[in-house]
Amino acid sequence: MAGKALTDPAHLAKFREVQQLAYAAAESVAQTLEPGVTEKQAAQRIREYLLDRGVQDWFHTPFAWFGDRTAFRNFWTPLKFFPTHRRLEAGMPFILDCAPVRDGYMADIGYAGCLGTNSVHEQLMDDLAEYRELIVTRVRDGAPLRQIYRDVDDLIARHGYDNRHRVYPGRVIAHQVSTVHSRLPKFIAAGFGIRALQTLVGDLIVERMHHRSPLWADGEISNHPATPGLWAVEPHIGFRDVGVKFEEILVVTPSGDAYWLDDDLPHVRRWHRAAAAS
Amino acid sequence: MTRDITTSDGVALRVYESGPPGAPTVVCVHGYPDDHTVWDGVAAELALRYRVVSYDVRGAGESGKPRGRQAYRLDQLVRDLAAVIDAVSPDLPVHLLAHDWGSIQAWHAVTGRRLRGRIASYTSISGPCLNHADHWFRSRLRRPTPRALRELVTQLRSSWYVAFFQLPLLPELAWRTGVAQWVLGSMEGSGSPAVSDAVHGVQLYRANMFLRRTAPEPRTTDIPVQVLAPQRDRTVSSSLQTDIRRWVPNLAVRELAAGHWLPRTHSQTVARCASELIEHVEGGHEARGLRRARRTGPQRKRFADHLVVITGAGSGIGRATALEFAEHGAEVIATDIDQQAAERTARLASTLGPRASAYLLDVSDRGAMEKFAAVLRENHGIPDIVINNAGIGVAGPFFETTVADWERIIDVNLWGVIYGCQILGGLLVNGGAGGTIVNIASAAAYLPTRSLPAYATTKAAVLALSQCLRGELASAGVGVVAICPGFVHTNIASSTRFVGRDTAAEQAARQRATTLYRRRNFTARQTAREIVRAVERNAAIAPITIEAKAGLLASRLTPGLLRKLARADINPR
Repeated sequence: MAGKALTDPAHLAKFREVQQLAYAAAESVAQTLEPGVTEKQAAQRIREYLLDRGVQDWFHTPFAWFGDRTAFRNFWTPLKFFPTHRRLEAGMPFILDCAPVRDGYMADIGYAGCLGTNSVHEQLMDDLAEYRELIVTRVRDGAPLRQIYRDVDDLIARHGYDNRHRVYPGRVIAHQVSTVHSRLPKFIAAGFGIRALQTLVGDLIVERMHHRSPLWADGEISNHPATPGLWAVEPHIGFRDVGVKFEEILVVTPSGDAYWLDDDLPHVRRWHRAAAAS
Repeated sequence: MTRDITTSDGVALRVYESGPPGAPTVVCVHGYPDDHTVWDGVAAELALRYRVVSYDVRGAGESGKPRGRQAYRLDQLVRDLAAVIDAVSPDLPVHLLAHDWGSIQAWHAVTGRRLRGRIASYTSISGPCLNHADHWFRSRLRRPTPRALRELVTQLRSSWYVAFFQLPLLPELAWRTGVAQWVLGSMEGSGSPAVSDAVHGVQLYRANMFLRRTAPEPRTTDIPVQVLAPQRDRTVSSSLQTDIRRWVPNLAVRELAAGHWLPRTHSQTVARCASELIEHVEGGHEARGLRRARRTGPQRKRFADHLVVITGAGSGIGRATALEFAEHGAEVIATDIDQQAAERTARLASTLGPRASAYLLDVSDRGAMEKFAAVLRENHGIPDIVINNAGIGVAGPFFETTVADWERIIDVNLWGVIYGCQILGGLLVNGGAGGTIVNIASAAAYLPTRSLPAYATTKAAVLALSQCLRGELASAGVGVVAICPGFVHTNIASSTRFVGRDTAAEQAARQRATTLYRRRNFTARQTAREIVRAVERNAAIAPITIEAKAGLLASRLTPGLLRKLARADINPR
């Protein structure tokens, strides 16, 4: 199936390029954020940045969450994910999340930041490194996805945080990504590009026949080792009114090896800097 | 060492000195009817670090006893104080510590010109500035709100003797016949004054307390002042002593659970409070208790400058409570049998509030608790709130619970709390500044069930202990709060020992219990919020979840029904 083709080097280089572009968008927009800017304005800036650089379609339109919305507090309906008129203030955490599609290659990234300093945000960001390491190690071990999900939950409990990715539709910590080839028009439904959704739904049906799922959660259907291919993994942890996440592509090879598509990402650089400083 | 100092009008004052000569000087002024011996306990403590000077005020002890009320006017008393200060510390300013009438004199001194620059700090106990008292009465008469009237009535009810002392001959007669001594004897900590001292001192009231037609100019001071206000003082109400920020910008107020004769009944507390102010004024760091007592400065968090110690703080309710208190500004000491978990809690608490600390602690180990208490006292000071939270679970039939199971759970759940109250709570009780001991019991303490005989027994004991101790410590101003959570989603279910089952069955039982707790979905954080609230209102018993509340009600209304329900096994096999 697609997994084998996707993990060949030419494809991976393309995916890496789009992921770099998406993170560059988030990072550069994050630097422009000032007190008073709204979530809608921030999302719009990401959209413009990416459209200017050749993005044609979206897996989902850009999201921006400010303040306690980073921890998805009171998200009792999925509509709450959409950007609001919430204004950014000094010391407020924020998360920018976007999933552009360029030339059929897709990225899905999450960037957590903070306007000024916030000690809770700093602590969460420092601790997020452990999740990245845990996930790739356990996938490499061949552990069932459901088990890895629970291992992540255990780490969250040990850290004294709470699991915020369970607020995502289907409680997912990750979903598969692939190339988008579709004859459907470029149309956005409920924030999701329907061409990308078409691909995901196709995967859902095919995988369901194998008693697997392209969505990675803690249900029975995720009781299998990672399917070869690309996974956009997004552990999202929260403490009090602050949430942080990263989202990036994990490559699972047909032989069962696993590695992060790219290490040259803002959060990874942050941890390297911290390690070098200590 | 004693010496006599002759004052401006020729009266000789007997002065007593102790402590290292080079150290900062503390001058102690006693009240009425007392002499310098009221300071004996306090002076012994203070003399370890300071040069302590006390003297017999004119009319008392070994000092001269002039006749006539003019000799007892406040201006003359301030001249006496000035003579003492000039004699014992001609170059450096001194720290004042005064009680009752001594305080009234000292207030007159610090708000007047004669001793400006000669007094570095002032700790006042149970004696208002008469000028402030005058304004206090007038402001309440001018605006007689219900609260103002209540304060007025309270104060007037306890000030009847002021009017009595204005009468001719009767006060003297009361002292000479022993009636006054009999009244005095009913007050906690009062001494037994010599009759001649008591009779001469009546002149203090006659010379200085009279009604004025118009308000005098307010007297102010900007030296650092600390007021120790005993809450059971039957002569000076707390509001009269402490509602003085207008005139004393650099003010700290500590309300203490004690009676009027604080220097005699709580000498260590008085010495500690006085030293904290002196240390700070002399350039040392500002102690937590003093910071908390500040009546000026920006709005602070509810538990700012409180020290909170929590056992079993590595997870569950303990961790959540630590974080909740940290968020309200408290300095948290997280202890746990799992050091890493305690450190994690401290780290999280530090992101929410002041820097927190972690200690490895096995609550069932008496020696370890004692060692920890010593370290705590040395490194962090006296706690304000002690939370005995550490606990374990044992479930299953009585006849399958082994002696070892019993010993383990009693060691942790009961002995842990006993040691916590005795050793950690002891620090707080001896500190004399009040505080709260919180014991985490359980709804199982009053809800019998065949499924939890061992656990419920320990928790019932914790509840009983808490209530008994609450009675004992009420007079010390220390609250004892018993928390009965109910089903709270923590890791207790997954670490409970289920007796009489093999490992697999025990694991399955844990899994079932954990699922039940998760479905109930009452979080540790919700519990922690309730605990903070229970501490604020000093609740005797705080049932947390709805089932704990309903259970408590049912245990009082229909105990028979609960006994029937106790026959059901909530951990079926």
